[in-house]
Formats: sequence, structure tokens, C-alpha cells
Amino acid sequence: MTILNLQNLSKSFGGLSALADVNLAIESGELVGLIGPNGAGKTTVFNLITGVYRPDQGHILFDENPMEGLLPYKICQRGVARTFQNIRLFKQLSVLDNVKIALHKDVPYQLYAAILRLPAFFRGEASIEEEARRYLRIFGLEEKQSEIASSLPYGEQRRLEIARALATRPRLLILDEPAAGMNPQETQNLMELIRWIREEFELTILLIEHDMSLVMGVCERIYVLDYGQIIAQGIPDEIKNNPRVIEAYLGEEVS
Amino acid sequence: MPSSKRQWLWLLINIVVLAGIFTLVQYMIATRMLNQYYQINLAAMAINIILSVSLNLINGFTGQLSLGHAGFMAVGAYVSAICTKNMDLPFIIAIIAGCLAAALAGFIIGVPTLRLRGDYLAIATLGFGEIIRVILQNIEELGGPAGIVGISRLTTWPYLFGAIVFTIIIIQNLINSSFGRAIISVREDEVAAEMMGIHTTWYKVLAFMIGAGLAGLAGALFAHYFYIIKPETFNFLKSFDILVMVVLGGLGSTTGAVLAAIFITVLTAYLQAFPAVRMIIYALILVLVMIYRPQGMLGNKELTRKTFGRFWGGSA
Repeated sequence: MTILNLQNLSKSFGGLSALADVNLAIESGELVGLIGPNGAGKTTVFNLITGVYRPDQGHILFDENPMEGLLPYKICQRGVARTFQNIRLFKQLSVLDNVKIALHKDVPYQLYAAILRLPAFFRGEASIEEEARRYLRIFGLEEKQSEIASSLPYGEQRRLEIARALATRPRLLILDEPAAGMNPQETQNLMELIRWIREEFELTILLIEHDMSLVMGVCERIYVLDYGQIIAQGIPDEIKNNPRVIEAYLGEEVS
Repeated sequence: MPSSKRQWLWLLINIVVLAGIFTLVQYMIATRMLNQYYQINLAAMAINIILSVSLNLINGFTGQLSLGHAGFMAVGAYVSAICTKNMDLPFIIAIIAGCLAAALAGFIIGVPTLRLRGDYLAIATLGFGEIIRVILQNIEELGGPAGIVGISRLTTWPYLFGAIVFTIIIIQNLINSSFGRAIISVREDEVAAEMMGIHTTWYKVLAFMIGAGLAGLAGALFAHYFYIIKPETFNFLKSFDILVMVVLGGLGSTTGAVLAAIFITVLTAYLQAFPAVRMIIYALILVLVMIYRPQGMLGNKELTRKTFGRFWGGSA
């Protein structure tokens, strides 16, 4: 079943056409990569899917329901979560609170119960706490739960951001350059982690990445974007040998 | 229910301490140990505490720079004064009406302005605060620029004390809940909060409404303590005064807002003896605090039982 379907998506900023007629389809349970040179429009695709921008033209279907024009929080509630290219944690809050905020959309008590401190509040808080701890445990961050998010090392901040995204219980997880700033060893671990969370949480994953070893190693199918257009798609081996892709990355051959 | 025996114990200690403070002051008023001068300053202090704690919800916790707080105070003051003076309603009903009217004003103003950010929001709220004042100035039935005079003095120490406790409990219970975390996430990173499924606009409006409603409470108490209300009292300088308290106490610290409100009220009272240099000293103190402690007295931390002040901590 197709979980995400982008049809003829176009977006321009002023006179600059960032995306033109982009078509992209992801099957449920797939792990798909989106690559392309700098400025190709990859992050714009993500921002359109998650509702940061509205598309000028075209449709975004999630589970065959149109999603374009919805506010980001609605899109999250439908089951799409993302991480950011430049990590966007709630910097001054504790690691635990970062995850708890992601659990807020299913908050098990009402506002008046919180203000009147009714039993429902204490029960609800206990279950939120337990749930948030569970996500931290999975990502090996339980020991650091009361530390301030910005004090974590870079790799752990990345992990926390993924944990926070997963806590919204998405069915589609969108990762924007998850390996940015990581060394080869950390990238290797991240690859394992991405494979593992897909199995564990039964997710569909779409990721943008510059690190070719990660993309080629982990993705089942790859779309290549250049100047706002999809120029190729296929399995990693096809993409590696596709002349148009090589041209986009390395330039034309001199004859 | 508080989960452990320790929490029950602290709740009990808080209640005992609060009851102690209340009884002591009540006794001092009854026996005239506190003369009229001190009593007036006590009322001003209580009203300032409510104002700064409620503005701190908007500016400190939600991170939305609002400069129209005096406008909501005016709504509360006028509505409650009409209730008691023209409609002969009981004071408590007048207070509730003032709160609700101010919260409604907060909602009406919040929905369009909270789409703006930073400086733009500050200018818009400043403008709306002034609009409320100018409207009041031009309604002849409300006394126009002369305002309403001869409001009966119904505000007493139990009302003032009760209102402070009420304000702090509402705000602390809100902030220390999932809804409070949603509100704080708006301050931390609005885009990320929205992506985590939080309806950021609604939480901004919610915080704005609660903050405005509590400012209305302060307004109602003010009107029924000082007999006279006129539009000029609620001009933007008043909003600015409240903002100074919040920034001085530390954005995002309820205990800081309380301490700063007490400090500013005492300072203003003492400086009244030196009218010539009053504003200079006042300004100088603020400048020095901002140079040496730009995050305010308490930053975004709270004084809790873990530090030393167990009086206002949010452990209830």
C-alpha cells in the first residue's frame, strides 16, 4: 500500500522555482532515500510534507488522504514525524521533558484536571513519565534524563531528536540529514539504529542524506533530486551507475 | 493525589506557613500595628504580585512579549466596579465577572495578534492595550477621562491574600503539567513544537487568556481598594511597570516574579520620600541589575524547598 504519494508537487519562492512537478511514492514499510546536490530542494520537499510550506501546485497524499494545506501539528497527529537538519531540541529543557512534550498530543487528562490536581492528573503524569522513560531507555539516554538537552554531546542530541520524533508514534518518519556532523563510526551506528527502529516500530522511513555510504547502505530505494526535479529513482546500484546522477554530482564529461 | 508521604508533608507545611503569614498580617491589621500607610502599600504589593506572576505566564513561560497587561487590568477594574456600584452585585461575583471579561478581552486580542512574533507582537499588544484605554476614556457612561469614583472599599486582606494564592496555584499547576510543557515548548522552539503535534497558536491564546483573566482579578481588587479608577491609571507606563517586575525577577520564574514585585513595591514606597531623585534611583537600580544580572534575579529557576524559600514553592 502506498503510504505517501507526492503528485506533481511544485513550489516556488518569489521567482525561484524550488520544486517543479515532483512525483514520489513510498510504499508502507519502505526505507527510502532522497539525495541530491546542495540546493536541489530536498529540505523543501520535507517542509512541504510536514506542512511548514504550502505547495503551489500538486497533491500530498498520506494513506490516500490529501494532506496539503494542513497545519504541521495536524500532520503530526496523522502520523508523520520528522527530525531537522540543524537539530531543534527544546534546548533549555531536560532530556525527559523533551520526550514528554512529544507525548502531549495524547495527553490522558483534561486541563481542569491539571489545574485542580485531580487523581486523573497524577495517574496521567505517571503514565507519561513511564512512557517517556521507555523511549529514553531504547536510545540509551535514560541515565541522562534530567540533564539539560543542550548539554548533551552532539551524537546524543541526534539520538534524542529521533527518540522525540518516535514518541509522537508516527507511521512515517522523516529524517533530515541524520548523519550530519557524525564521524564514520557514529554513522555506522546510526545505520544500525535506523534499520532497527524501522523493524521495532514498524515504520516507513524517508531520509535525506549527504553521506553516500549511509544512503547506499541503508536505503532500499533512492530518489535523486536536482534543480527541483526528480532526475532518477531506483535501487542503490542503479543510482550509482546512472549517468544523469553522476552528471548532477560531478558535472558533465569533457569530450 | 501526591504520590508520596513526603509530598503530603510538604503540602501540609506549605499550608501551615501560608496560614501563619495570613493570620499574622490579619492580626497586625486588626490591632493597628500596620498603619494606613503600610496597609496601602501592602495592597499595592499584593496587586503587583498578581500582575507580575500573571504577565510572567505570557512573557516568561510562553515567550510572547506582551506590552498590554494594564489594558486587561483596566477591563477587570471597570467591569467589577460596574457590577458593585451600578448593579449592586456581591463583591465576589464582581471579581469573577471582572476576571471573565478580561479573559474574554485576552481571547479577542490574542487570536489576531498572537500570529505575530517578537517585536511585532510587542507593538500590537501595546497598541491594543492603548485602544482599551482610549475606548474607556470616550465612554461618557463610564465617566470618560474622569473615570469611576466612589467605588466602595471592599478589598480586604483576606481577598488580597486569597487572590495571590489562587493566582500562584493556577499558574504553577498549569505549568507543571503536560499543558504547561506544551506552553514552554512554544517558547523553546515554536517550529519543533508544532512538528511534535502541539497546536502552538491555541496554547499561546490559552496562556494569553489565563494571564489576562488574572490581570482582571488584580484590576478588580485595585478598583475596590483605591475607590477611584480612571483610564489614565492603566496607560502603557503601567504595562511597562509590570514588565519591569517580570524581567527583574527573571523570565519564566514565578518565585522571581513574586520577589521582584515585592522589591519594586517597597522601592517605590521608599523613594516617594525623595520625589526629586526618585526616577533617577529607580532607573539606576534597573540599569545595574540588567548589567550585572541580565537574566533577572532568579533567571528561569524557582526558589523551592531545595533552595531555602519554602513559602511560594510550587510543591502543592
